[in-house]
Order: sequence, then structure tokens, then C-alpha cells
Amino acid sequence: MNKILWPILVALTLSACGTTGGTQATVEDRTGGTASTGQGTETTGVGGSGVAGNAMGDQYAGDPRKNPASPLSKRSVFFDYDSFVVKDEYRPMLEAHAGYLMSKRDAHVILQGNADERGSREYNLALGQKRAEAVRKALAVLGVSDAQMEAISFGEEKPRNEGHDEAAYAENRRTDVVYSDEK
Amino acid sequence: MLDCPIKKVFVSPMSVSMLRAVLLFPLFCLALLSAPFSARAAMEIQVIGGAANKIAVAMVPFQAAPGQPSPALTQIAGDDLNRSGQFRLVDVSGAPQPVMPAQVDYGVWRGKGADALVVGQVTAQPGGRLEIRFYLLDVLKQTQLAAYSYTITAGQWRATAHQIADLIYAKLTGIPGAFSSRIAYVQKQGRRYELRVADADGQNPRTVMRSNESVISPMFSPDGNQIVYVSFEDRKPVIYVQSLKDGHRRKIAAFKGSNSAPAWTPDGRRLAVVLTRDGASQIYMINADGGGLTRLTRGSNIDTEPVFSPDGQTLYFTSDRGGSPQIYRMAASGGEAKRVTFNGSYNVSPAISPDGRYLAYISRDGGRFSVTLQELASGQTRVLTDTARDESPSFAPNGQAVLYATVQGAQGILGTVSLDGKTHARLSESGVDAREPVWGP
Repeated sequence: MNKILWPILVALTLSACGTTGGTQATVEDRTGGTASTGQGTETTGVGGSGVAGNAMGDQYAGDPRKNPASPLSKRSVFFDYDSFVVKDEYRPMLEAHAGYLMSKRDAHVILQGNADERGSREYNLALGQKRAEAVRKALAVLGVSDAQMEAISFGEEKPRNEGHDEAAYAENRRTDVVYSDEK
Repeated sequence: MLDCPIKKVFVSPMSVSMLRAVLLFPLFCLALLSAPFSARAAMEIQVIGGAANKIAVAMVPFQAAPGQPSPALTQIAGDDLNRSGQFRLVDVSGAPQPVMPAQVDYGVWRGKGADALVVGQVTAQPGGRLEIRFYLLDVLKQTQLAAYSYTITAGQWRATAHQIADLIYAKLTGIPGAFSSRIAYVQKQGRRYELRVADADGQNPRTVMRSNESVISPMFSPDGNQIVYVSFEDRKPVIYVQSLKDGHRRKIAAFKGSNSAPAWTPDGRRLAVVLTRDGASQIYMINADGGGLTRLTRGSNIDTEPVFSPDGQTLYFTSDRGGSPQIYRMAASGGEAKRVTFNGSYNVSPAISPDGRYLAYISRDGGRFSVTLQELASGQTRVLTDTARDESPSFAPNGQAVLYATVQGAQGILGTVSLDGKTHARLSESGVDAREPVWGP
């Protein structure tokens, strides 16, 4: 593996794990009582989708969304405390994603909003949704079709930083742009 | 301040024949008690404080049958009464141990300061069944307050103890007991989440769903036969209704966006849910089978955490429409919302008492999140807890206590607090994070 690309792929994989849960998810139902008739569901996530290509000079041969030199490789929008305003610094990133989505009409993104852990889980879910919705609206203004986007919230349920200080909270007040084919 | 006195009512004595009844347990108790999860670790209970004016009860261990289950019925029922904070258990060691009312020397028990005395016996019956007879006696009036007999299987032991505690509680306070009710909560261990249903004392826990993704906001259906919850197993919040009888479940809300905050109507036919399919988090109504969707609130702000008043006529919910999260109420049929909480800038997670008189919620004050009680008629409020990270309050079915989640050290635990704030019980299991509790029927 290319020595320059490797740390970037590691970083991508880690961030993808943080946002999509990464490993296998197994769900079982059971109740007290007779037979255990719960249905098991099983889904798999693969974290970062592995090797994308080799960097050769200025050219990037792989998936443009994974080109570390492109704003498309940036996936997180961070918010101030109690704020739902998408800051100007994210404009190049969101313009790049809007351009990609408009050029690939079969592409689909999930905008995953998050909140810090303080307070009610349900209210935090709504706060995360507000952050996802802010990014969805920004992309819609840039021309992305509603059919290509879904804004959802993880609230405080999937913190990227599991700490309990302001630095951790700031990292968790966030919307991630996740392409459906990258889940 | 709120006035929540402990009633100390001794009902007039009745004849043994009137009170004597053979109570057959409902079938669902049988099914639950025979659950194949009996070996699971259960929560430990720590009780702090209590009412100033406690009723003194002497519980004489029932004469035992050979091979009866343990702990003793009087131990389980005594723990229940003790946890309520309304009773003081009189030390019975060294005293005579009567089995029948005729054997009771009331002077002995008056000398020990007992207001009431419980005596009884367990006898083995053919087919491995057990007969339990117990008597509740008024020590001061030297009269019998209640006499019951049960014929049970060993698997119904704990449930019988809770029923005995309920009867004693009801006779001595005039308020129905809630010791036979159940709670649900989510426990997290490492990356594993389990939705559990347990007895009100945290014992006899049964896992009804497990997942590698978070589960939040469980709520029992009004008849206690189903549970609704929000699962993140589909990589977004989706609402499931699951039978507690056979474990079958169905998605009732998996619309585009997030689906969360389910709350049954008191008749159990419909649920209020929060969806984002039209943009903002807004409240909708949906049938328990997932059909019949209608929108209830129409704003561009957050409306969430709906919960119905016991008569089903009013919906309470959290909204940030005024700039900060506050609790509002509106007619369940829709219409204008009125603000209910006014103190502070963060009041969330409403719960309404079974008699409709009180609102319990979480209020933030100086970075501390505490269970707070508001008397709806007067608007008077009282902070019930001294913990800093409280969440998810819900009332006991008899309205006498509030169950909530909090954090002790770095561990999520459950707590109950009496409405006067004087009695606290904490339920925790070592190494397990407990959260999202709800009290059921």
C-alpha cells in the first residue's frame, strides 16, 4: 500500500466507524414466556470502503469523494453550542457535495445529525435533527434534489467523542454527510 | 410547597369470610414467571430517607413449608413496603411468632411500637403447589384488617409477595399499591444494548430485545401486553411495537427522516409519535398497527416528547417554539398550545401523574438536570432530587413515586423518589449502565 495514502485511509475508516457503527449489528427479540420466537435481523457495515486507488502525482484515480485533496473528502459540519447555523467555512465543502450529487443523480446522501450528551435523549435527537436539516436545506439551496437526501438524527446515541468535557461536546455537535453506497 | 401527606387510614375491620378470597393469578403472570432468563443478575436496591410519620408494621415470618422458595415472602413484601418510605418495619426477633390471629398477644406488639401486624403460614399442597394464608391485624384496635389465602406454584412466589405488599399498603394507606407493577429500561454493557422488563423492585429482569445499536424511549401499552420503543438498528431512529407475550414486533413508523418519542393514548389504540418526514420534528398520531397517520402540530420548530393526560383529552409535550425548550399542553384533538413551565431555560421530558394532578419533568438549573414536580392546578413546583444528570421521569401506577434515570459516579442508574421528595431508592447493577426507565402497569 502506498505509504502516503495509508494514514488517510485509516483516518477515513475511523471516522466512518464513528458515524455508521462499523461492525456487525445483530438484533434479537425475546420475551419471557414460551418459545423464543423473536426475529433476528442482521446488518453489516464495512466501515470505510477500503482501497480506493493510488495517488500518482496530482492525479487521483479513485473515487473522487475519497480524494483527500478534494473538499468531497470532508464530511462533517460542526455547530456552535445551541446553534443550528451552517458556518461559512463549510460552504466550499457543501458546494462540492452539491456538485457531485447534481452530476450523479443516482447518488444519495444521508445527513446524520448529532448532539452532545447533556439533557433529554429525545430532545437531543430533535437537536441533532435540526443540525441535519440545516445541512439538508443548505444543499437544497445549492440545487440538490430532495429525493437524493435524507436528514436523520442520532441525537446523543452515537458520540464520536465519548468524553464528558466541552471539547468532546463540540465534536459531537455535528452533521455528517454519508453517501448511501458508502455505508 | 406541595402538600403530599402520608395517609394513615385504618379501614374498618371486616369479617374473615368477607375478606377471604382465593386469588387466581392472571395467565400472563404465569408466562412471565416461567421465563427462561431467571439466572440473570438483577439490580440492587438502596433506600435513603423516608416519610416523617411512618406506619410501623411488624411482619412475622410466615410459618414455612419444607422446600419453599427463598427469600421469604415477608422479606420480599417487607422490602417493598420499606422502599415506599411510608413504613417502618418493626424488629420481630425475640418475639413470639404467631401463625393465626387467635395466637396473637397484642400487648407484646403494642410494646414494640407496632401499628399493624402481619402473620401467616405457607403449607405444601399436592402437585407441588403451595397454600399461603396471611392476616393483617390492627394492633391498637386489636382487630383484623384483612385475611387472604392463595394457592400458587413456586414460580408465582415473588408475584405473591408483591400482591401481599400491595394489600398491606392499600389497607394501611388507603392508596392502591404498585408493587405488582413492572418497569422497563435499557441497559448498556460495552457496546451491547438490552431492553429489559423487570418487577417494580428491579428483580426478575427479562431481556425482551437486544441490539448493537442504541434503544431509547420504551413505553408499555396501557394493558401492559406490548411495549413500544425507538431502535437505531436500521441506522436511523425507527419506532417498533413489540408483543410482550410472544416477542413478535412490527415497525409502526419508519418514515423518511427520524421517527421517535412514541406515547400511547390511554385507550391503547393510537400513539403520538414525532416524525421529521415534513422537515422539523413534529407530533403526529398513528394507529398502533402503523396506519392512519395524521399530523397534530404544525410548526417549523421542535415539538417532541408527547405524553397524554390520563383522560386522553390533553397532550403535553416539549417545544422550543418560545426560544428555549419548555413544556406545553394542547387539546389531543389539536389546536392552540399553552405553555406550562416558566422557571428556567430548559424544562423537558414531561410525565403526568395517573390522577392528572401533577407534572413531573426534568429542569436544568445551573448545569444540573433534576426531577421536578409541578402541581398543575396551582403551578407550584418542587425539585425532588439532588442528583445532577436526571432523565426520563415516569410515575408509578399509583402515582406515589417517580422513576427516573441518573448518573452516579460514571454509571447510569435508576432511581425512585416519593412525591414529597423525602424517600429515595436507587437501583443499580454493578458494571451495567441503566437508562431510559419507564414505569408500566
